[in-house]
Amino acid sequence: MQCQVCNKNEATIHLTEISEGVRTEMHVCEHCAQEQGIAVKSNMPINELLSSLLAVQPADDELAGPSEQNLTCPNCGFTLDQFRKEGVLGCPHDYEVFEKSLLPLIEKAQDGKTAHCGKLPSKTPRDARRQIELLDLRRRLETAVSNEDYELAAKLRDQINQMEN
Amino acid sequence: MKLTEISNDINDWFDGSGPLADIVVSSRVRLARNLAGHKFLSRCSTQEKSEILEKLKNILLSLDLGDSVFYISVDKAPALNRHFLVERHLISRNHAFGKGPRGAVIARRECFTAMINEEDHLRIQVLAAGCQLSKCAAQTSNIDDMVESKTDYAFSPRYGYLTACPTNLGTGIRMSVMLHLPALKMTGQIEKFFNAARDMNLAVRGLFGEGTEAASDLYQLSNQVTLGLAESQIISTFESKIIPEIVEYEKAARSRLLAKDTDLLDDKISRAMALLQNAHLISSQEALFLLSHLRLGINMRAHMGASTPAIERLCALCETGSAGGKPRAISIATINRLFMLTLPAHLQLNYGKALDATHRDALRAEIMRSALSSNPQ
Repeated sequence: MQCQVCNKNEATIHLTEISEGVRTEMHVCEHCAQEQGIAVKSNMPINELLSSLLAVQPADDELAGPSEQNLTCPNCGFTLDQFRKEGVLGCPHDYEVFEKSLLPLIEKAQDGKTAHCGKLPSKTPRDARRQIELLDLRRRLETAVSNEDYELAAKLRDQINQMEN
Repeated sequence: MKLTEISNDINDWFDGSGPLADIVVSSRVRLARNLAGHKFLSRCSTQEKSEILEKLKNILLSLDLGDSVFYISVDKAPALNRHFLVERHLISRNHAFGKGPRGAVIARRECFTAMINEEDHLRIQVLAAGCQLSKCAAQTSNIDDMVESKTDYAFSPRYGYLTACPTNLGTGIRMSVMLHLPALKMTGQIEKFFNAARDMNLAVRGLFGEGTEAASDLYQLSNQVTLGLAESQIISTFESKIIPEIVEYEKAARSRLLAKDTDLLDDKISRAMALLQNAHLISSQEALFLLSHLRLGINMRAHMGASTPAIERLCALCETGSAGGKPRAISIATINRLFMLTLPAHLQLNYGKALDATHRDALRAEIMRSALSSNPQ
């Protein structure tokens, strides 16, 4: 696609703006984007990015769960407001206490991922390890089904059945 | 241990060796971990931070890490020493200039460091020359296992290793490579690299972290996603897809310079030689670019067999012996040594006292002239 401004270079920046219900699109090259002052800010500090993500989340009453806005972590006294300001959490329990508000944010920061996959502490009890492996297998099964990879899905289903029995 | 014992030479991982070293200068893998049963640092009292520091310091100093280690109490160290540790990439800027009790355990050869009480309780990192992420990751994981056998980490089956900032959640792994991309810069294509990195969900930082992208031709490229992917997946994507792609970009830009823009290439190399051999005041910023152009010339000769008038002169300079003195060989290690030893904190630590900017620029120029003179004494 050609740049709408110079009509010469390849358009590499695609802007979609929705204002008062009207959708407008703009396709420009890097050079023209810079000249028009619409260069993409790529070096936003991560804490700023997180805070801005949190700020654009729906108001709490739009969420299904109980209000977390006024909640205080019983372990560390932390609030969501403090997270907005500081960009870091107060203690490991905050991940549970503020889960509903943090989850969309984690999903955005982690490219859609919301569950751990990878190294486990060697002290993880056998039962817990099995549960984690089962969770991982189920996630992979879902992906295989949505990708219509039925051969892999069948293998994963058998593995899950074997582990559950 | 005194820092002056290491300040006169480059660290092991900066000697220009290793796979793909003409473009990938070094590799680094770090893990973020927090102790179970403690708050994250933003909510810890000074007392609690001291307890965490003592506990982790004692654990780390008791381990057999295959190299002798030393401990630095970062909060008590003079500002110059902290700047020095940042220049050598042994601790982060946040750790150097943060608040509260904090320290670093550093291996003598500088391939391993552990920062205690940075943003998380513990950050373990392993560095190596060239593209060696798998090796770094294996060593980091091994040290992580040794620490974990003596304490408990904050971990959740759902979210993995719990970190103060959700951007490190899960594996807590951040792998990065330091890339030398002078040809992409010279040919005006560096924005393409930034865009490609963004498309692949990677972060690009300058030599000394966020905001220093324009300070040199060296860039740090690192993963942003730490959750939902196994460590091995992150490494293999980096090693088999991302790095080869960026290396190809830079190689193509170097070939293009040789084929179409020899004057531009030769101008940069010749100016760098002339200034480094003759100038009497050189700022650290200027030195980074001038040395970068020499590094490019030497690497293009060694890896592409490039021959242009400026590269020939540079190679002649590298190989000349002095008339009556010892023969001299200027290698990438020599260039890296000049690069590191003329950084502001290195200069001052090796000189033995604080110097203002003009004195530093004069001393830096003197070191360059003496190392690169056509007629070494």
